[in-house]
Amino acid sequence: MNPLRLVAVSAGLSTPSSTRLLADRLAEATRDHLDGDGRPVEVTVIELRDLATDIATGLVTGFPGARLRAAIEAVTGADGLIVVSPIFSASYSGLFKSFFDLLDNTVLAGTPVLIAATGGTARHSLALEHALRPLFAYLRAIVVPTAVYAASQDWGSAGDARTGDLAGRITRAAGELAALMRDRPAAAVPAETVVPFEEQLAALRPE
Amino acid sequence: MQFGIFTVGDVTPDPTTGRAPSEHERIKAMVTIASKAEEVGLDVFATGEHHNPPFVPSSPTTMLGHIAARTERLILSTATTLITTNDPVKIAEDFAMLQHLADGRVDLMLGRGNTGPVYPWFGQDIRQGIPLAIENYALLHRLWREDVVDWKGRFRTALQGFTATPRPLDGVPPFVWHGSIRSPEIAEQAAYYGDGFFANNIFWPKEHFQRLVGLYRERYAHYGHGTPEQAIVGLGGQVFMRKNSQDAVREFRPYFDNAPVYGHGPSLEEFMDETPLTVGSPQQVIDKTLTFREHFGDYQRQLFLLDHAGLPLKTVLEQLDLLGEEVIPVLRKEFTENRPAQVPDAPTHVSLLAARGAETLTEVGQ
Repeated sequence: MNPLRLVAVSAGLSTPSSTRLLADRLAEATRDHLDGDGRPVEVTVIELRDLATDIATGLVTGFPGARLRAAIEAVTGADGLIVVSPIFSASYSGLFKSFFDLLDNTVLAGTPVLIAATGGTARHSLALEHALRPLFAYLRAIVVPTAVYAASQDWGSAGDARTGDLAGRITRAAGELAALMRDRPAAAVPAETVVPFEEQLAALRPE
Repeated sequence: MQFGIFTVGDVTPDPTTGRAPSEHERIKAMVTIASKAEEVGLDVFATGEHHNPPFVPSSPTTMLGHIAARTERLILSTATTLITTNDPVKIAEDFAMLQHLADGRVDLMLGRGNTGPVYPWFGQDIRQGIPLAIENYALLHRLWREDVVDWKGRFRTALQGFTATPRPLDGVPPFVWHGSIRSPEIAEQAAYYGDGFFANNIFWPKEHFQRLVGLYRERYAHYGHGTPEQAIVGLGGQVFMRKNSQDAVREFRPYFDNAPVYGHGPSLEEFMDETPLTVGSPQQVIDKTLTFREHFGDYQRQLFLLDHAGLPLKTVLEQLDLLGEEVIPVLRKEFTENRPAQVPDAPTHVSLLAARGAETLTEVGQ
């Protein structure tokens, strides 16, 4: 049986990075939900930091180099996607956006996506809703309802009466992603489709 | 197998001196380069068509007509003629006129162009790029083959009883190549008509173009024009040579690093790995060009980009000498070896005229 392909994209810049840490936690939690279904799960984590110059080069030349091409193929071939950006200046980081700018706007159509972000303070958490969610809505991906934001203090907090803790949010979001992935039909390899020329001509025939 | 050069006609400052040629100098340099191409034994000169600075060649048939008068043998072509924003009626007339002036040494490559605002500047909508290419060419194709055309389409005024003049030389329309860097629809169009397909592969990795060329070959056969191997394929290339490869790299690097399109992006070495660019000795150019046949099959036309990124005219002429003296003779020999007999050469006016003559004879015979 083909494994389910779960791909996490992390746009963290430091090493070690809390953004990567969150990506890993989300990937593990998603895998936990899917384990037991009998279908193997293959997890790939893509660190955009390692591709930073390839991404810049891809933007100016209009074509991706070999390493970047491999990352793009992994993302576009995913059955489920976890995308995590640090919040910079009230939005996703430029590196994060630049990577997704390199994708054709149809290649993620229908792909389940879990959006997540990190930041120094919880005051930026709605950037997930007003920046990441519309970006993936534009790409016609299916974004799960729970977006996960991890502020610095979340890593040392057990939550409170009104807010669940980070672990709880991770589990909930991962469950939502796993449910969508489970329902995905086994991906068919898209064939190069040609519209026969007669049809192309006929479409232009005036009334 | 035809070998030639294609130019975008950019006016770019020489990064080593900061000096940019005037438009006049650049236009004259293009003419000098074309004449030199013939002198060193190349077969084809093709000019781009652009309608915005820093490019000068907005009027290809004017330039090619001038070059026609100064050359004897060179095939004059374009890379590309904008089938989207030019009126197909004017393309039909301009290139038929050029055919007469050049005694048939003319073909053309159609393309959609690469600058968004050119569409609205010429009253068109970029979102209609492919439909424009399809409809305009369908009309152009008829204008060259039917003396009187009644026509109605979506994008241009209808025609009633229209005759494009002059008629193509000897009644033989110029051979058409369709150029594309990403659209399978254009490969399909070229295959449908049995025209040539030119994959301008100079900026992108080969895998992408192998798919496009493969599609074109397969569909060429589907439409009954021959076997996939007999489809008419052209490829781009980009070279800079010195006898000694280290000298070539040292001299070309500032031009590469500051070039329009890919400058300030990948390193020269990365770009050489990923694309057909070869900077090195003539032997390295020969070796790299020979790999194209392995990747794309036996093909009919190889065009090199030589004169861009601010390279001085003198340097470009030296490149042409190296190409003509050391590279092309070897490539001609190598490409001829092991080339299956059924793989045709690129059609020329002479070959198309002969083919038509043969057809007529057959009809008479029947």
